Order: sequence, then structure tokens, then C-alpha cells
Amino acid sequence: MLYLMKKTPLYDEHLRLGGKMVEFAGWQLPVMYSSITKEHLAVRRDVGIFDVSHMGEFFFRGPQALEFLRWATLNDPARLKPGRAQYSMLPNDRGGVVDDVYVYRVGEGEYLMVVNAANVAKDWEHLNRLAQGFDVELENASESWALLALQGPRAEELLQPLIDAELAKKRKNSTFTAVVAGAPARLARTGYTGEDGFEIFVAPADAVAVWRRLVEAGAVPAGLGARDTLRLEAGFPLYGHELTDETNPRCTPLAWVIKDKPYYGREALESGECSSRLVGLLLQSGIPRAGYRVLQGGAEVGTVTSGTQSPLLKKGIALAWVGSDAAAEGTELEVEVRGKPHPAQVVPTPFVELGKK
Amino acid sequence: MNIPEDRRYTKTHEWAKLDGGLVVVGISDFAQESLGDVVYVETPEVGREVAAGEAVAVIESVKTASDVYAPVAGKITAVNEALADAPETVNEDPYEGGWLFKIEPADADALEGLLSPEDYAKLVEEES
Repeated sequence: MLYLMKKTPLYDEHLRLGGKMVEFAGWQLPVMYSSITKEHLAVRRDVGIFDVSHMGEFFFRGPQALEFLRWATLNDPARLKPGRAQYSMLPNDRGGVVDDVYVYRVGEGEYLMVVNAANVAKDWEHLNRLAQGFDVELENASESWALLALQGPRAEELLQPLIDAELAKKRKNSTFTAVVAGAPARLARTGYTGEDGFEIFVAPADAVAVWRRLVEAGAVPAGLGARDTLRLEAGFPLYGHELTDETNPRCTPLAWVIKDKPYYGREALESGECSSRLVGLLLQSGIPRAGYRVLQGGAEVGTVTSGTQSPLLKKGIALAWVGSDAAAEGTELEVEVRGKPHPAQVVPTPFVELGKK
Repeated sequence: MNIPEDRRYTKTHEWAKLDGGLVVVGISDFAQESLGDVVYVETPEVGREVAAGEAVAVIESVKTASDVYAPVAGKITAVNEALADAPETVNEDPYEGGWLFKIEPADADALEGLLSPEDYAKLVEEES
């Protein structure tokens, strides 16, 4: 059924580079080119580049764009100056999360929201429903943009000669327009790896040329596999795993996102205690995977939502929902790997020390 | 895709090679490339009696855990201890250094029922 899947503008380029294509959220994307580990380490130590054109982009314009986004998101976009961005979430009315998103103030009264590819249709329907009664215009521009993520400690150094903006002045979570390798682009100093880097929005017709210039300059093409291990080492959630329509963000390390203001579904989100919490687990042996049981003294207390062997630590790491009584840092638990319990300690995330910028 | 002529294959991408009355088992070049970087190999216990098609070992790559099935019935007589410290050998040398375990076959002709290199090549072509 691969022919039914959507292709990004870089599809042929991925094949040319030997990318192993897989289906992800209805898109054909490379899971890796040669080695997830090598691509992972390139991003941690040097600089890598990802095709994340599958992500969705919504624009919000109009006199009540800000009021609407304050209602529809958990973080507070009123805190955003023009040219600034914030991580946020869309709450539902049951105390859960419709999606986790990034909100960018791209103009005085204009906002951009980047959403997960798997949730574009769901988010679009949800946001349009919530927008009734607000003087705001929504645009789904997901098909109008390709998105490249240049990530790693050497991202600024690599990009600077190819762009007409002074990158040293662009702080984390800045967003700005510039010309990159001859193509008009919007950039954001953001990413999903825990490293410094830039996400680069370009027209689909320019995507291959910009990608090639960045790769020629030394960026290592990296696939979905490395994207997943990098975000997991960084302790970032993946919607559908750590966050779902049923999970309360108040009970996660991302509770800081929730700001004290009126928002959709606030009553449901704030009611009740957290019966379980999202935590990081570090194993001394065994590789945890999504769905594995978390035990305490042999009794089930939770479930792994994402797990892998950390390419940096060479140890099993996981994010897991566990009972609140078992969620304190330092708690000794076990993860059941093929019927055998492996000791696992509740640890803070990120699991590794990340580049600072 | 490297598919040596001196052994037989399974639909689940194991290879099996007769060596001094024992069946040596590993995974194919196609399998290791599909799995990606192997980071851990869980080998069966020596002495275990296994049925053909039974899951007896697990290969963990960065992205997933995959079962390895016994190509023939018999008793596990040896496992590749070197993989404990160097699981990447399965990627680097799947047909020699990356062997997984040896089976003393219940039936000396058991390999006859497995795929020939030609048939396995066709299977790989269909799956790639």
C-alpha cells in the first residue's frame, strides 16, 4: 500500500542517499540511511539534518488570534514577543491532550503552529471547532511547506555561511525569516533532539536544493530512527506514546507548560489527583520497549511508553507511566523484558547531558 | 545482497549451515540490514530442546527486538558467546563471525526442507 502514502519533496533525495523508507503517520520517510547509531552520534557531536516535512503547519491571523490561542493552548502565547516561539499543548475537555505543538509568533498579530503529522486532521477539526465565536482566521499550510531540521552542536557554524542573518544573535526559540542557500525561508532555533539547531521552513520547490547545500556543507542525513532515539535521550514525549487524549499533562515533567489562565478544558485537567506519573527509567541491563510492564517487587505498577538502548549511555532508557507511589526519583523498579524483570531506577530526564545554547 | 551458496535459508531470514553434524544458525545479510545496528543478542540456553520454527533467540537493534526462529528441530549445543561483548558482529559478519547458535538436529536431513539460496534470493527480492 506504499503508493497510497504521501511523499515529501525530498522523497527521491532520500532514495538517492540510500534511505530505508518506512511508513510514518501516512508518509514515506527514511527510518535510517546507514546506521541509526551513527546518525544519532552525528547529531550529538557534530551536525545532522532531518526531513520533517510531514509535520503540519497552521497559521492564525486576525484581531483575536492571540485570544483564541490563549484559549486553545496550555502555555501562554501572550508571553511571546514577535519572533519568539514556545512549546505548548492542545488540551481536550477530558483532562487529556489533543496534541503537543510549537507556537511561533511570526508577526505582530500572526501566529504559526507546528503540529504532529499524525494529528493534522484531528487538530484542524478541533481548532476550527474551538475557533467558533473568535475573530480569527485559520489556514492549514501543511502542504505549502517543506521543513528541514538542522540539529547538533555545529549547526550554527555550518549554517552561518549559507544565510543572510547573524545567527549568533538568534537565541533558542527565536524565529525569523532569511534567505538560506538562495531560498526564502522561515527559521526557528528549535528542535526535537535536545541539541542546538534550526528548523528551516522552505517552499517545497526549494527543499532539495537547500537540503543538498546543507549536506554538502557537512550535515549528516539522519532518519526517523535517530530522531526517536535522540528525543528519547532528551526525555521529550512523542504524541501517541507518552501523551494521548487520555493522559493528563499535569502528571508529567511537562507540567510547566500549563500556565495559570483560562483555557479550554481547564476544569477537567485540574480535577483530581495524579494516580500515575510519567517518569524516566534507567536500566542496568535489558532494553525496554513500548508496552513492556513496569513492576515493583514483582507487582505491576506501570507501562513503558517508549524505550530503547541509549546510544550514548549504552544502557536501556525508557519513559513510562507508573503509579504515583512508585514515581519518586531514585525509586527502584523493574521492567519486564520477555518475562524477566530487569532492575530499573526512576531518574530525572534528560537522560544525558545535552548541548547548551 | 550477499547470499552464500553453501547453506540453506528460512522464510524468516535465518541461515542454516551443516558443520560436522551440527546445524549452525545465523541471520541473513538482508535481515541484519533490515534490523539496523544490533545492540544486544539474547541466545538460548545450551541443552534446550527446540522445535522447528520455535522462537529461540532475540536480536535487539536500536529500533526493535526481533525473534530468531530455529530452522530445524533438535538440541542447542552451543551459542556464540562473543556476541555478548560484540553484538555488532551480526551486522558486520552475519554469515561467519555473527553466527548465533548451533543445533544438533533431530533429523539429519532436516536442512533439505529449507529454502535454497536461489529461492531465498527470490524471497528477498519480493520483500525489498
